[in-house]
Amino acid sequence: MILAGILSPITVTHYLVVGIILFVCGIVCLVVKRNIIAMLIGVELILNGANINLVAFSSPQLFASGTAPLLLDGQVFALFVMILAAAEAAVALAIALQFYSRFGTVDVDQGGQLNG
Amino acid sequence: MEAILPQLLLAAWLLPLLSFVVILLAGARMGEGGRGAGYLATLAVGVSCVLSIIALVWWLGHHPLGGHGGHSEVLTGDWYTLAQFESLRFSVGYYVDSLTLGMFVMVTFIAFWIHVYSFGYMHEELHDVHDPFVTGADGRNLVRPGRFHRFYQYLSLFCFSMLGLVVANNLFMVFAFWELVGICSYFLIGFYVERPSATLASNKAFIVNRVGDFGMIIGLATFLFACGTLHYAMPGNASEHHPGLFSIVKDATNQLQDKNNAASSHEGTPTNVGHEKAGGSSGLETANKIERNRALTPVLLTLAGLALFCGCIGKSAQFPLHVWLPDAMEGPTPVSALIHAATMVAAGVYLVARIYPLLTADALLVVALVGTITLFLAATMAVVATDIKRVLAYSTISQLGYMMLGLGVGGWVAGLFHLFTHAFFKALLFLGSGSVIHACGTNEMPAMGGLWRKMPWTAATMLVGCLAISGAGIPLVIGLSGYYSKDAILAQTFLFHRMNPLFGWMFYVALGVAGVTAFYMFRLWFLVFWGKPRDEHVAHHAHESPRTMVAALVVLAVLSVVSGWTVPGTSWGITSLLEQSRVTPATETGTLQSAVALRIPDEHASHEHTIHAWVSGLAFLAALIGFGIAAVFYGIRWLDPEDVRQRFRGVWELLAQRWYIDQIYDAVFVRNALRLAAVAAWIDRNIIDWLADHAALSVRRLSQWDDWIDRIFVDGAVNALAAGIYDMGIRLRRWQAGKIRVYIMWIVIGIVALFIIGTIYLGIGANISRG
Repeated sequence: MILAGILSPITVTHYLVVGIILFVCGIVCLVVKRNIIAMLIGVELILNGANINLVAFSSPQLFASGTAPLLLDGQVFALFVMILAAAEAAVALAIALQFYSRFGTVDVDQGGQLNG
Repeated sequence: MEAILPQLLLAAWLLPLLSFVVILLAGARMGEGGRGAGYLATLAVGVSCVLSIIALVWWLGHHPLGGHGGHSEVLTGDWYTLAQFESLRFSVGYYVDSLTLGMFVMVTFIAFWIHVYSFGYMHEELHDVHDPFVTGADGRNLVRPGRFHRFYQYLSLFCFSMLGLVVANNLFMVFAFWELVGICSYFLIGFYVERPSATLASNKAFIVNRVGDFGMIIGLATFLFACGTLHYAMPGNASEHHPGLFSIVKDATNQLQDKNNAASSHEGTPTNVGHEKAGGSSGLETANKIERNRALTPVLLTLAGLALFCGCIGKSAQFPLHVWLPDAMEGPTPVSALIHAATMVAAGVYLVARIYPLLTADALLVVALVGTITLFLAATMAVVATDIKRVLAYSTISQLGYMMLGLGVGGWVAGLFHLFTHAFFKALLFLGSGSVIHACGTNEMPAMGGLWRKMPWTAATMLVGCLAISGAGIPLVIGLSGYYSKDAILAQTFLFHRMNPLFGWMFYVALGVAGVTAFYMFRLWFLVFWGKPRDEHVAHHAHESPRTMVAALVVLAVLSVVSGWTVPGTSWGITSLLEQSRVTPATETGTLQSAVALRIPDEHASHEHTIHAWVSGLAFLAALIGFGIAAVFYGIRWLDPEDVRQRFRGVWELLAQRWYIDQIYDAVFVRNALRLAAVAAWIDRNIIDWLADHAALSVRRLSQWDDWIDRIFVDGAVNALAAGIYDMGIRLRRWQAGKIRVYIMWIVIGIVALFIIGTIYLGIGANISRG
């Protein structure tokens, strides 16, 4: 059945499965890793999983007519997300650098100074 | 031009106040020991004396002497109005007639010489004072800093108060300055505040005066109620709408007399009464006047006048409130002179003279009776006193009795004339006794004797004073000042005796006491200056006083001689000055329904030559007998006074104990007051304190319960809430661990949970699967 699934023509569902896999990988990375850089990588994975979903949901297959005027909505949104991700990465890396210079480590569990 | 007189008097009046204020603020720093304060005060009162004399001369220039009284010339007005309620006005104002000006000159003149004299008498106060009458706990005498400046400070305030009282144009202002005079006497009598006797004496003077002032307040309130004003008279055109006391009372008594006349001739002229009524009720103003006069019945007027006279009894030390004055001798001697001659006791006589138009014949009878009793009692007390100042104090009371008698029997000029002459010779006598005390260091006459060799000036001037007070003179030719004034009073009393035979004894008492006066005054003089020294120590120590003191004595001695005279070739003198402002009493016949027909004689009637000749002859004889007895006992010592004392032990004891009046007051008032105070104290301590204590105790207990409730319930609830929130915080804290991965876990779990809920309830999953 797995083989049948692989061999069957690629549909929206396939894209969504890839997106979910990427998303879950990102979550797991965020939850498991204590290294701040690794956590940033996890955030990037989550964003990319979401991007795949956006692109997949703009597929013409989902429309009853089979056609759509331009069908680039998802792609445009994905481009926005990438730009946002870049900006976020720049800020987050700056925070990471500050974090490192203050605590001498990149382990986020060490930054419990404001802990009540 | 009229405006200059009030301004002169204002300046003369306020200068002593200025001096008081300056000394009050800078006294101790004014020269060594405060000597500058003395110069300032003396200068102030000297300048006000000069201003007063200028004012008097100006007045005489515009109102020449010689006219007959009855229509007195008055200049009145307000300097400053404190408040005005319709017709009632509280103000500081002036009421100037020849009496006011005469008093101004007399007060400031005598006060000036007392200021000068005090430079010598009070010189000890310039440095530290060693008070031999005060012994500390360690057995040594008290040594205190001198209070020279404070003495002059009080003298200045005293002069200011007295002048304010004299110049006042309303009873409200009189009362204010009346009290100021009282407080000044309190300060000065208690000048040696460390001596318990001085403190007691000043308290006594103050409290006894309060008793009289209580009556005075009642009198003020009565006049306020009945007349609606306290001004003697209103200036100029204002008197039309708001008449002063004098014109209101005059209206009332005139109306009364009209009614009496109408009643007596009712049968003859009934229409006349009706006409008067019709004429009187026109217009609101007249209606008001009638309304006011109806309130002012003769009884009320008499009682109100007597109530005011109560204040005069206290201030002028008349029986029964004379007890403060002998004790007031605790003050320094210049103060005694000031109180006795020019200021405090004169205030009472002055006020009686001032309110004379408000006094009815019945009230005047009481005044005369009080005067007679006083002059008799005080003279008898003076006979046995051994303290030189006390003899003079009793003689002052006695002479004040003469003045009251003179005023009471209708001798307005006579009473005031005696006030003026008495001021001079009593100031002289007191300053002379001060000089003696200064020299001897003791007040006791038995310890003195033979001082005339040591102190010739003092002895001579004192002799003049004694002659003046005894009324020495050659009958009908010439005499010392006392001769004229006392004769005037006696002549008026004699006339009163002729008109009211029932009160004839007053004349004989006054005449007899004139002899007693001569006796005790010469007893004093002989004991102090005559014979051989009885105490070697005192005689050795004695010396003539410094020049400032002698100068004052000489000046006053000269005035004691001449103040009764008239300017040669004219009739100008104190009597003609007073005659100018003479007033008549509210009624001249008794108005009350009594068994006695009372009639106050007109003063001019006593100027009749035969009366004068008779009376002055009798008075001279009485004085001569008094002098003779004194000479027999104390001069040539033909009789031994000790012998007589043994023989009449009971009488002597009665007089020495001052008729037991102090003891009676002590037993009746003081003891009972103290007893009442003790009862009050007991009630206070045992009942009120008990109540207060228990109230406090129960409040404390209540608050203990309250505290318990507060602690257990209120605090408990709040604490429990706080503890719960704290616990919750502690618990929630675990979720805010700061572990970023835990947060993410929760985010994920939350999203999954949302997703599941959304799937189940919103059927999203169903739509997706369908799509």
